[in-house]
Amino acid sequence: MTDSSPLALEVSHAVKIYGALPNAVKALNDVSIDVANNEFFTLLGPSGCGKTTLLRMIAGFETITEGSIRLFGENIENLPANKRPVNTVFQQYALFPHMTVLQNVAFGLTMLGKSDREANGIATRMLDMVQLGEFSNRKPTQLSGGQQQRVALARALAPSPKLLLLDEPLSALDLKLRHAMRVELKQIQEELGITFIFVTHDQEEALTMSDRIAVMSNGELQQIGTGREIYEEPKNKFVADFIGETNLLTTQVESIQGANAVCVVGNHTPLECASAGGISIGDTGIISIRPERITLTKPGSDATGSNLTGTVKRFIYLGTDTQCMVELDDGTEIHVRVQNAHDSATDFDVGERASIKIDQGAARLLVN
Amino acid sequence: MAKNTTDVRRYPGFFSFTILCLFLLYTPLIIVTIYSFNDSKSITTWGGFSFRWYQDIFYGLEAAKFKTAAWNSISIALMAGITATVIATSAAIGMIRGEPFKGKSLSFGLINLPLMVPEIVSAVATLIFFSAIGFTRGYMSILLAHIVFCIPFAYLPIAARLEGIEKSYEEAAIDLYATRWKAFTKVLMPLMAPGILSGFLLAFIISLDDFIITNFVKGAGVETLPTAIFGSVKQGIKPNIMALSTLMLLVSIFFVSLSYLINKLGERTGDKQS
Ligand SMILES: Nc1ncnc2c1ncn2[C@@H]1O[C@H](COP(=O)(O)OP(=O)(O)OP(=O)(O)O)[C@@H](O)[C@H]1O
Ligand SMILES: [Mg+2]
Repeated sequence: MTDSSPLALEVSHAVKIYGALPNAVKALNDVSIDVANNEFFTLLGPSGCGKTTLLRMIAGFETITEGSIRLFGENIENLPANKRPVNTVFQQYALFPHMTVLQNVAFGLTMLGKSDREANGIATRMLDMVQLGEFSNRKPTQLSGGQQQRVALARALAPSPKLLLLDEPLSALDLKLRHAMRVELKQIQEELGITFIFVTHDQEEALTMSDRIAVMSNGELQQIGTGREIYEEPKNKFVADFIGETNLLTTQVESIQGANAVCVVGNHTPLECASAGGISIGDTGIISIRPERITLTKPGSDATGSNLTGTVKRFIYLGTDTQCMVELDDGTEIHVRVQNAHDSATDFDVGERASIKIDQGAARLLVN
Repeated sequence: MAKNTTDVRRYPGFFSFTILCLFLLYTPLIIVTIYSFNDSKSITTWGGFSFRWYQDIFYGLEAAKFKTAAWNSISIALMAGITATVIATSAAIGMIRGEPFKGKSLSFGLINLPLMVPEIVSAVATLIFFSAIGFTRGYMSILLAHIVFCIPFAYLPIAARLEGIEKSYEEAAIDLYATRWKAFTKVLMPLMAPGILSGFLLAFIISLDDFIITNFVKGAGVETLPTAIFGSVKQGIKPNIMALSTLMLLVSIFFVSLSYLINKLGERTGDKQS
């Protein structure tokens, strides 16, 4: 680690093919990620997109078909799983049922050749850190799901790995506990300064904890960025659709003004859309607009100049806010989200005409 | 339990049929057990309760013969049971944890073939095999034959147990820097222990009780308990045989129940986490 700014993990052009040719499965296709030291990095994607496969390749449980994996600059392809300074928190925890909680946490240290005293000392501290000190002599089956989860975390952290892999560790917990654990996980990560690679298919979970998120789909990387970047500047339709809620409208580029494209929506209303560039007049694409960045006003009541109009179709009450479905004049339906704090915004009747205002910069043109 | 009309217990005649089956199965055993306490030389007329035939097995005319036979039976059952268990454990790990290989189901069939083949066929085949290779018949030939036919009995509970153990335990061990061997001894073995123990007990009892194969492959002069009993009975059934049979029955019941209990216990304290 003489490198001044070593990357904790570099996965380059990783390909994973399961099985032999007639029924081979391509689980990963040319995936490259760089994870900085001390980063909380999340792999996010729907079921079957290859998150676990990538994690297992980093841990050493799966071979890599093509490409390379480097850990702090060192190529670890030929390093067996038990020699990699990487630990995993398994989805079902995989706590050893025949050992006590303390023995579970001390296991990795013992295998590294630490004396029982030293191993137990560190394990006890780890258990205190996850607030389970008093449970050290219990068997894992005598713990609740949330407590087992903490033991699994303590067990994986005890040998001070350079990289901690977590495969959907919170998915077996109930909602309240899951929210509490998000905060706690993030705190522990910041406290210990260990690089975390966290797998989830829950976008909210990814947004709350991660420094950066890699969105995956179908074995391919879609976008890497901070939560804000992937939410506000999605690169493609998949990312826009997968992260949060959005309205997707098909459109055609009318003219180009700098980095922005002017497209038509609804009844030939021009709309200025931010874009990633590389577009030309006449291109078809999809506009993504987040529902919370749209407001409804009474027709003619404001002078902001938008002449996009539609008819209010339906309201759905969601607690903190209300979702409103509006049909544009060309028949496409869009969702609008209004916070319930100010009730004037939902001051429409079903069937009433409304003027639709889209925030400056809220519309993004996605070409693919 | 919801009481539905398809419950087999509601079929007409189910109850009486069950009683008939149990009667046929257990009456002989019960009669033998009762008459083993008969204080009479006759095997059919009751002459009062006594332990004289139990005394006779240990101190009577045939005591020496029974003692060597019992020693042979137990030592063979122990060694055959242990060896078969070791082989069955390795086979189970290879079959269940190993990469899929060509002929996997064939191997599975081969391991379990002795369960399907009539025992007399195995017996004749083993005998022919031993004579063909010029293997002297005696203690060793019995032991070898027992090891072979005990393997499937040991394999079944071991494999069943292993199949219920998720792979992630071994992966977790390896992830935590354990070598393959340590992952096996520290994690997989303890988790498999109930299956291994129950496999061993089953193999042990099967070896202890075996008659047909033993009778074929044993040399002259080497007897196990079942063959010794058979030899005795050929000269007429004496009540001491009933006492000996009752003892063997007890031992069998003990080991089979133990095997069952261990399996049950293993299931409860086992790997199933919520
Ligand atoms: N051992 C295997 N053999 C063959 N195909 C596999 C194997 N493991 C995974 N796959 C396939 O690879 C693809 C990716 O699987 P993976 O488990 O990585 O998905 P995932 O993103 O973790 O999904 P989930 O969110 O459901 O856990 C899937 O199509 C899956 O069927
Ligand atoms: Mg997965």
